[in-house]
Amino acid sequence: MKIVRSALRRLDIWDILLVALLIAILVMGSIQTPYFLNATSFSLMFSNFSEKSIMILAMMLIIIVGEIDLSVASILGLSSAILGFLFAAGWPLWLAMLAALISGGLAGLFNGLLVTRVGLPSLVVTLGTLALFRGAAYIVLGDRGISNYPDAFTQFGYGTIPGTLIPWTFLVFAALTAIIALVLHGSWVGRQLYAIGNNREAARFAGIPVARIKLLLFVVSGLVAALAGIIFTARFSSSRADNAVGFELDVITVVLLGGVNIFGGRGTLLGVLLALCTVGALRSALGLADYPDQVQSIIVGILLIASTLGPNLVRRVQDAILRRRVAPEQTLLQRSTP
Amino acid sequence: MKRSTRTLFGSAILLLTAILTACGGTAGGTSGGKLDIAFLPKAINNPYFDSAAGGAKKAADELKGTFKQVGPSQANAADQVPFIQTLTQQQVSAIVVSANDPNALAPALKQAQSKGIKVVSYDSDVAHDARSIFVNQASTEDIGRTEVQVLGAQLNYTGEIAILSAASTATNQNAWIDYMKQELSLPKYSNMKLVKVAYGNDDDQTSYNQTQALVQAYPNLKGIISPTTVGIAAAARYLEANGLSGKIALTGLGTPNGLRKYVKDGTIKQFELWDVGHLGYLAYYAAAALVQGKITGKEGDTFTAGTLGSYTVGKDGEVLLGKPTVFDSANIDQFNF
Repeated sequence: MKIVRSALRRLDIWDILLVALLIAILVMGSIQTPYFLNATSFSLMFSNFSEKSIMILAMMLIIIVGEIDLSVASILGLSSAILGFLFAAGWPLWLAMLAALISGGLAGLFNGLLVTRVGLPSLVVTLGTLALFRGAAYIVLGDRGISNYPDAFTQFGYGTIPGTLIPWTFLVFAALTAIIALVLHGSWVGRQLYAIGNNREAARFAGIPVARIKLLLFVVSGLVAALAGIIFTARFSSSRADNAVGFELDVITVVLLGGVNIFGGRGTLLGVLLALCTVGALRSALGLADYPDQVQSIIVGILLIASTLGPNLVRRVQDAILRRRVAPEQTLLQRSTP
Repeated sequence: MKRSTRTLFGSAILLLTAILTACGGTAGGTSGGKLDIAFLPKAINNPYFDSAAGGAKKAADELKGTFKQVGPSQANAADQVPFIQTLTQQQVSAIVVSANDPNALAPALKQAQSKGIKVVSYDSDVAHDARSIFVNQASTEDIGRTEVQVLGAQLNYTGEIAILSAASTATNQNAWIDYMKQELSLPKYSNMKLVKVAYGNDDDQTSYNQTQALVQAYPNLKGIISPTTVGIAAAARYLEANGLSGKIALTGLGTPNGLRKYVKDGTIKQFELWDVGHLGYLAYYAAAALVQGKITGKEGDTFTAGTLGSYTVGKDGEVLLGKPTVFDSANIDQFNF
């Protein structure tokens, strides 16, 4: 009981707001349509977020260190195209998948080198590679669509674990979530990530290999996007150069909605998972209630803006309350740190 | 901090499991003879599919069934899948779909079929085992070949031509283009050269830009075939706006209402289309016949489609609407769709 109470006390106001929003969506959804609140619906809800959910995890780490990777959806498309190209050329599927993963890692390395070695802002670099990698995907696959993947592969993407409604792809997400939970909230690496995001110079003077960590994170992001590419290909049994165009919008929206600060240094896995459930439930409820696609886009766009505004406002209120409580000299001390 | 987060995470999972078990197993129960038929076009807000929807609505009124149309805002296969899943959850009695990719939609459609939902494809087919019936607007070969014939006659069978298609994976577009190429390989077209197949993704802006790119890249371009209503309208607008009417011939598939202006000002001499309203009307009747158990979709099945009369299911579950109509300045005012 004590633990729960202390957990509740430490819970960010934003997380509580998210839980409230999630509950509101669940209630509204079940009022609007009778097909919303059941196990099949939740299963499909996750299935539709198979790729986005894992890209969200990697994006969270990158945003926490104060960078961004806009190219994830294009890396997904490129790796899917490479997978399809090699498979159509007669490569064994596992080898083609390995090649797709490596291509994703290399794409991430390219991003990372430009950011850490050349010193360009990641916003610009990955905006460039968003176009570059997508273009490369078109060069690899052209206008073709590769399908006819083996049934077992499609089954992995689309099917559920026999006897349950749990999609196979959920296992991938669960494994990655466990790893990231350990790294971010249970190890010194996690503390280093926050330190970098909060103050890069200070982190560097404290002996944290800032550039190497960032480089590594971009590679991880590329690898995860390539993994998402493999899942996407399996789920739709189709490799096309335009696979997953625009996915970065949902991915970044969820991370920011989860309370991760766009300037780095703040955010928790819990918040991001809550945001994932929220956006997933919202999309599903709107779809089942027959809201057109454009309305969904508008709402996600509004959420993105609200999620960058919201936590800042909440924090300001929180700080104001805190400041009234603590002694004046402590406030001064707090102010002196940037 | 660590422990508290874990506790909270744990309780969140517990809560979710509780919801899942509490609400599980509510699905099931098929919808007897009720006609609750949903159309899923390649994309919504497309005049072509809106015309088809008009016909389907008429059929729904005649049969006292319900009709609705849902779909993605962009013609993309991956975006169509969630709609199939949603319709499956809503337990509609039939899904009538035009596929952006024949294979990408198959797993989701098969799942719908396994829940007792009938699947009919129209306009653009899906994988054969993922639907019972394909309502084909016109013979693929007829359409492909006549478009080349129409353009050939206008150009005296000489000059460079290009094709402006929709999505590169669209089943119907690619099948037509194959027949266009076959027709072009005949000796009488030896002086005509297909220089490029461009893809406008059934998006107005993209199609417009692709037309511009074609005109700039091939200064000797004499004709364009655009077998898509979005593409041909965008191409016509570009040619007209840039004073190319009469210099570059344009033909393809379009709606009379979308192209009336360009036929009257001479940008387009002739174009083709089947009666799209009839296509939606027939597709609704085919789906209704499946739902009511009148047919199963096997070769030789016959059913009546209201005012259009009787139809027979052909090979591979195909139902053919009829011959395409050629529109020109003489007859265009007789049509309103």
